[in-house]
Amino acid sequence: MIIAIPVSEKNLKEDVCVSFGRAPYYYVLDSNKGEGSFLKNPAVDQPGGAGIMSSQILINNKVKVLITKSCGENAANVLRAANVEILKAIKGSLEDNLTAYKTSSLEKLIEIHQGFHGNRS
Amino acid sequence: METAVKKIAVLSGKGGTGKTFISVNLASIIDNAAYIDCDVEEPNGDLFFKSKNIEKQEVFVKIPKVDMTLCNGCQKCVDFCKFNALTYLPNKLLIFDKLCHSCGGCVLVCDKKALTEINKEIGNIYVGKSSDVFVVSGKLNIGEATGVPIIKQLFKYELPVKNIVVDCPPGSSCLVMETIKDADYCLFVVEPTIFGLHNFKMVLELVKLFNKPFGVVINKYSEESENNIKYFYENNIKIIKKIKYDKLIVEMNSSGLIVSRMFPEYKSLFTDIFEEIKRFI
Repeated sequence: MIIAIPVSEKNLKEDVCVSFGRAPYYYVLDSNKGEGSFLKNPAVDQPGGAGIMSSQILINNKVKVLITKSCGENAANVLRAANVEILKAIKGSLEDNLTAYKTSSLEKLIEIHQGFHGNRS
Repeated sequence: METAVKKIAVLSGKGGTGKTFISVNLASIIDNAAYIDCDVEEPNGDLFFKSKNIEKQEVFVKIPKVDMTLCNGCQKCVDFCKFNALTYLPNKLLIFDKLCHSCGGCVLVCDKKALTEINKEIGNIYVGKSSDVFVVSGKLNIGEATGVPIIKQLFKYELPVKNIVVDCPPGSSCLVMETIKDADYCLFVVEPTIFGLHNFKMVLELVKLFNKPFGVVINKYSEESENNIKYFYENNIKIIKKIKYDKLIVEMNSSGLIVSRMFPEYKSLFTDIFEEIKRFI
């Protein structure tokens, strides 16, 4: 199972990033192999559609579980269509969240926000 | 060029300064004129004109449609789209209409010809007549992202007139830019408040970028507001008219009546404004 978590810094002690689509990095872990790495998010400075673009990147990386504090509706639509499970990150570091995931104590993310869709008028 | 239709754009930056009031009255005193309402998010000039014999035209934009039997999942379209309007999932291409800017690029880069363009209605334009003024209004459907295609279609409409008064949207965004792009003259309506002045400066920057001749009308003027319009004297910006705060105008406007059609003093005031504009167009 491949799991992704948005983070601001490439550090396991770092808190989970408040934004999903505009997080600078994703920590991507293959739980079967136990191998994790930081993936740079090219959508971070997109003028619009950042959530869609970053979802595409995670899907291309075969991510099946996303652990995040927040998620916008466009991103959620993409992730759900690709059967990616969206779990709600708990307070604490990336490591804390990985531990919580392993003990199956994370809940599904219910609150999907409207997104900060760029006003392109 | 001398015989071409002359476009006068009326703009302000701040909302509620009286763009529609000035545009409607100006168009009413010009012979052989049209009034175009480019405030497509809230067109209301026709509340004054109450035009007759209204003709309606739909405005479409192109959006992509996919044929999944042809798509090979190469994601060239996804990579091409600068607005991230496309996402590829295994055996599925998601298209986000609201993010699409109708550039058609995705269709061009698709080697398998899996993408085609289809029409999507985003609004309408309405053309009618009020006495001898042609009244053209654009209306954007609720929830649509941009009215720029509607403004483009408004200007394409062929009208048998010599002068067009264009009622611009508020602000200084893409919509306003599209509206003044081909204008021959920009008329600023400024409310003599710090808010009016602040937003005026923002649109002034835009108009200067386009090198358009321009003039200023101060609306809702009173002597107490002199302090707020010092900027114009200090920067040698011509004030064509100061229209005094007048209960008559307020009452006429709130009843949807055109003051220059009914009161000779206002007819002559707007004629003066037009005479000044004519020196530049």
